[in-house]
Amino acid sequence: MTTIDRVQRPAAAPAATGAATDSAGRGTRKVFFLVVLAAASAIFLYPFVWLVVASLKPRDRTFADPFLPWPRPFAPANYAAVWDAAPVLGWLVNSVVVGVAAALTVTLSSAFVAFGFAYFHFPGRGLLFGSVLATMMLPAAVTLVPTYLIWNAAGLTGTQVPLWAGNLFGSAFYIFLLRQFLLGVPRYVFEAARVDGASYFDLFWRIALPLSRPALIIAFIFELKASWFDLMKPLIYLQDPALFTLPRGLKAIVDQFYQGGDPKWEIVLAAAVVTTLPLIVIFFLGQRYFVQGIATTGRRG
Amino acid sequence: MGVTAGREASRRALPGPRGLRPETRWAYLFLLPWLVGLLVFQLGPMVASLVLSFTDYDLIDSPRFAGLGNYAAMLEDPKVARAVGNTVIYTALHVPLAIAIALALALILNRVTGRAAGVFRTVFYLPSMTPYVATGVLFLFLLNGQAGVVNQFLGLFGIDGPQWTTDPNWILPGIVLMSLWNLGTTTIILVAALRNVPRELSEAAMIDGAGSWQRFRAVTLPMISSALFFVVIINTITSLQMFDQVYTMFFGNQSAQQSYGDSALFYVVYLFQQAFQFLHMGYASALAWLLFLVIGVITLIQVKVGNRLVYYEAEEQGA
Repeated sequence: MTTIDRVQRPAAAPAATGAATDSAGRGTRKVFFLVVLAAASAIFLYPFVWLVVASLKPRDRTFADPFLPWPRPFAPANYAAVWDAAPVLGWLVNSVVVGVAAALTVTLSSAFVAFGFAYFHFPGRGLLFGSVLATMMLPAAVTLVPTYLIWNAAGLTGTQVPLWAGNLFGSAFYIFLLRQFLLGVPRYVFEAARVDGASYFDLFWRIALPLSRPALIIAFIFELKASWFDLMKPLIYLQDPALFTLPRGLKAIVDQFYQGGDPKWEIVLAAAVVTTLPLIVIFFLGQRYFVQGIATTGRRG
Repeated sequence: MGVTAGREASRRALPGPRGLRPETRWAYLFLLPWLVGLLVFQLGPMVASLVLSFTDYDLIDSPRFAGLGNYAAMLEDPKVARAVGNTVIYTALHVPLAIAIALALALILNRVTGRAAGVFRTVFYLPSMTPYVATGVLFLFLLNGQAGVVNQFLGLFGIDGPQWTTDPNWILPGIVLMSLWNLGTTTIILVAALRNVPRELSEAAMIDGAGSWQRFRAVTLPMISSALFFVVIINTITSLQMFDQVYTMFFGNQSAQQSYGDSALFYVVYLFQQAFQFLHMGYASALAWLLFLVIGVITLIQVKVGNRLVYYEAEEQGA
């Protein structure tokens, strides 16, 4: 209510004055905005610059010249040293395998379920879709212990299976996303195929899947990112360093080389770059899907 | 044969709510993965976790009933009090700061058009593509008390920066500072919301003589309130579950843990330690249920308060 008062009170002032000053100030204001954005960008980018530069310097220079945006002296051998210090290449492969398995299974299963919600009318649909929305807020920590007990009973602790196999059953956010997308497909597209004798499975496989490609890509890269970030599941389920994913491996490297008698900062930093770089590349390849996906997240509220 | 035929006949005769039409059966077939997952990985574990919270269970001997023992122990456990305190303080600092900064960035981004806008948006999102373990590692170096970039930067202004990673009083502020590097998702959600604010509304207010602050308060803020509200909820819930960065920086390496005590002990870190380091599965389940209840209550309060504060467009379908 107070907001309405505030707008109406100055309405007595001549409108033209306000408009004139505004157009005059628009140019300088735009420059001001660009300067602010550039300054903010520098702050957000600097940690990356520092990380990459420090990873290319000898150990005793790690903290030297903090604002020099290139390595002096240049020590690319750090990256060779990382491979010798830890099975980083194997961890990279593990991260790719687990990430692709997690992303592929969750994308396909979520699309399968989403098609069920989008295409069919059936009793209990509202309630069941409510269960999808409700579990989106469920904190993972609540089910941590029983989930471990399930994989333990299945004899799969100590393997990489628990890192992705839960994804076979779809995931709430992706089901929601894909259902929204499929609801936008005109129904006659499906009905025409039905008339031509297509089975429901054909509708899913030959029509729904190809048509929802953008949403499938969003689900795939989001899950790939989530899997690449995951530290807790590898901490819980993996003991053998040969099976580690990159985040778990990087954690092992920090524990070993950051502190203690003989710190090897250059190894820690180079490993951090190796852990981060693949995702940055994926982000640049699939940028518009990330932006679309996040915007969808917001619209759900 | 006969039975099947009979069922077929009755199904054709009675396509009511209980007679499963073939289409309905197909629908449930498509839903099957979700239903199995819901039972096996969501509802089942939730119930199991509640049951376990009333037991003592160490994975070796079978669970022993302990009544409310775990919950009573939680009340007296100074580490629980410390973990709750740290987590709440962190959340109370992180959420308002993160949203204020992200909103400011989004408002400015919304005024810039063309290629520049895309480039800035990309730059703001990049920290969100950095795995949390790598973020934790990076900030161990940046926040280093002796030689870290943050303190060297403060030094340029003659400020003697604190020992962010070892001084118990400065560990939480350091973690908040680190968390503010990662605002990409919040910013992008707010930019998307701002894009949907009809220009005419703001222009109409301008013609009525409203200044920019008034236009923001009376037009922009109500129009983006649902997105704003959403990022408050999401940021709060994720803050309460902070784990990866903090665990990377301050745990797992026993020798390093002595100097600063429990200053970095977050709730989920403690839950994780109880479950998987001490194998106190019953106690950890009780901790998990407290977290679940707290997050549930916060979500409910935020939804209730939100319904009163948030302005939803008339044609907007609540999904």
